[in-house]
Formats: sequence, C-alpha cells, structure tokens
Amino acid sequence: MESALVEEITKKFDGATPRESIDHPAVNIPVDLLLSVVEWLRDEKSFDLLMDVTAIDWSEDASPRFTGIYHLASTTKHEYIRLASNCEDDVEPELPTLSKLFPAANWHERETYDMLGIRYKGHPDLRRILMWDDYPYHPLRKEFPLAGIDTDLPAADVAEATGAKVIPAPMMGGPFHAPQTGAMSKREPRAADQSWNEAKPKPSTN
Amino acid sequence: MATENNYAYNSKIEGDLVVTKLDTAINWIRKHSVWPMPMGLACCAIELMAVGASRFDISRFGMEVMRFSPRQADCMIVSGTVTYKMAEVVRRIYDQMAEPKWVVAMGACASTGGMYRSYAVLQGVDRIVPVDVYISGCPPRPEALLDGMMKIQDKIEREPSVKNLMNRDMHKAPEKKCKPAPAHA
Ligand code: SF4
Repeated sequence: MESALVEEITKKFDGATPRESIDHPAVNIPVDLLLSVVEWLRDEKSFDLLMDVTAIDWSEDASPRFTGIYHLASTTKHEYIRLASNCEDDVEPELPTLSKLFPAANWHERETYDMLGIRYKGHPDLRRILMWDDYPYHPLRKEFPLAGIDTDLPAADVAEATGAKVIPAPMMGGPFHAPQTGAMSKREPRAADQSWNEAKPKPSTN
Repeated sequence: MATENNYAYNSKIEGDLVVTKLDTAINWIRKHSVWPMPMGLACCAIELMAVGASRFDISRFGMEVMRFSPRQADCMIVSGTVTYKMAEVVRRIYDQMAEPKWVVAMGACASTGGMYRSYAVLQGVDRIVPVDVYISGCPPRPEALLDGMMKIQDKIEREPSVKNLMNRDMHKAPEKKCKPAPAHA
C-alpha cells in the first residue's frame, strides 16, 4: 500500500523497502535497523501503541524461514503501520527485543518465543508463557501437527500416579471450527469432514 | 384443669424406634452434606457460578457450601477446559481433598477435551482423576449440573461405606484407578 510514511521510512533508513500489503502501510526493515525505526516512529511520528508482536514461519525449507512482524498504531493520528523483519538464522532465529521501547513487548515477545521459538535478544525475562517450561516444541511452527506430539506430562509425580501422557488429540475429521455462515443456532463448532477418524482413516483422494 | 404436656418425650406417641443400617445412615448424612470444590477453569465455570444464584438454589440439595480449600471439600466439580499445564494443579488439589471424595466432570471439555482437539488440552479429565459423573453440554445449563449433583447423591447412597471404612488403610488412599491413557493410533 502506497503511503507517505512508508516513503519517508525508506528514504530515511537505508535498506528499508516497502512491503506489499492489502490493508495498512507496511515496510520491510533489516534486523539491525529495527530498533531505530521503531524508536523513530514512536518519538517522531507519534506511534505510541505497540499493538502486536508476532512472526511468520514460511516453512521448513524456506530461507529466510522466520519473519518478525510488528504492528504499531498512533492513538492521536489514528494510523497503523506494519513492520517486518527477517531473522537471519533459520535454525535459531533471533530478533532484538522491543521491551525497552514498549513495555508491552515483554509478554508479546514471550508468546512469540513460546509459539515460534524466536529468541528476543536483550529480553529481560524470556520464559514460555502459554506452554509449560520444559515443553520441547514450538506449536506454531509449520512442522508441528495441530493434534500435538507425544510428550511427557509436565508433572512427573502425576504422570507416575496416573499413567497419563501428553498424547496427540484425536482429530476425528477435525479440526473443529464454527462455520461462518448459516443460522446462529447451527454454528456450533464441528469437524468439517466427519466421515473419517483415527480408526477409520480418511480415504485418499488420488 | 389438667393439661397434657406433649413437649417432652412421650413414649406413647413416639415409642417407635427407627431401625436402619449403618451404611444407610452414613450415606444419608454424606449425601446431604456434599461440599463441592469448584474447579472452575473456563466458560463452564460461569454456569457453575450461576448454580449458586437464587433462581437455581443449590442450597435445596445441601450443596451450597462451596469450599475453595481442598481440605474442606469432598466433591470436585471440574468445570472448564483442562490444559496439560493445569492438569497438574487439578490432580494436586484432588489429592489434597479429604476422603471420601467424588469428581464431577462438567461439560464437554472436562469430559473429553470438547472441541479443543489440540496439543494443549487434556482430552478428558478422567485421564488424571477418577470421575464419578459426566455432564454433557457446552456449557451444560445449571439445571444439568444440579441433575449431575443429584446423580452423585444417588451414587453416594449406594456406596458400601462401612466396608470402605473398615478396609481402609489409614495411610493409603483407596485404589480408585483412572482410565489409562489410550495408546494413540
Ligand atoms: S464445555 Fe464448552 S462451555 Fe464448557 S469449558 Fe468447554 S468450551 Fe467452555
């Protein structure tokens, strides 16, 4: 999306390029410029609200594999901007932390770390936030199945007493989701194709 | 004028003894004094709270004494989505509850994982605690919970309480095995 702001950023910061977007202005920023661009947007352009920190996993064989995404908003000018930064390392992705510029980045980055495994350099307390501490996977990565992967229960004593494990959830034609059309009363979450389950596998299409 | 004093014990009127079995007496007492432990984890917990409202009147069943301390509760109502991260806590609270104790799985999530066929959700709380009553619904209406609690009462009524008490090794929790986690295909 064309925007004067994007033009200004690309002129001012060497290496920043406009990014294709169907909604709000977006820019690609090299990782080493990220902090200065965000600081400049905050101090000079009154982008005073960090709305979102997330990332994209482009797939296991893509390179760069991970792109950090930042959404900033201006509460005075009512504008949005999206920044995207590619992680240099595909195996151990890393980005600088924004938590010194925006305290809200703290838990956003913890969540992105938890779900996608991106480490934020300089983060004051980079712990998992949704999954338990020793969970060995990052569930939003492309290779992670929605049903989950066989793992041990977080509490060893409970696992011993009950024999319970973290096991892949039965999909049974799932994942479950609520249809977006039709009468409200018919929009209970359901599996789209209930003809198959784990015992009776999905017929192959070819 | 002589008046008959009916206020004191009168063997002519109340001479009959009620004969009962100890089991029946114990069960009758237990049945009418269930103290639930509200294990509210998600949306179902709101329905659980609604049960405490005057329009449903859980006091009629002698169950209104919700205790937020496991030591004082004997019926855990698991209402909501049990994540693997929370499963540990649910089990620990269950372990800390006084015997005898019962568990109600309220709603689809607690019973089976519900619509959350995902890596983070325990697919049924019966994997970690023995469940006595399952209540269907997403969420179940408060009436359904009351119905489930009445089912627990029926179950308590049928328990061989004296035998259980006699057989109990005071340092060991009675064997109440949970369903083992099924091997995944
Ligand atoms: S069964 Fe439905 S209402 Fe109850 S906790 Fe699960 S999603 Fe919420």
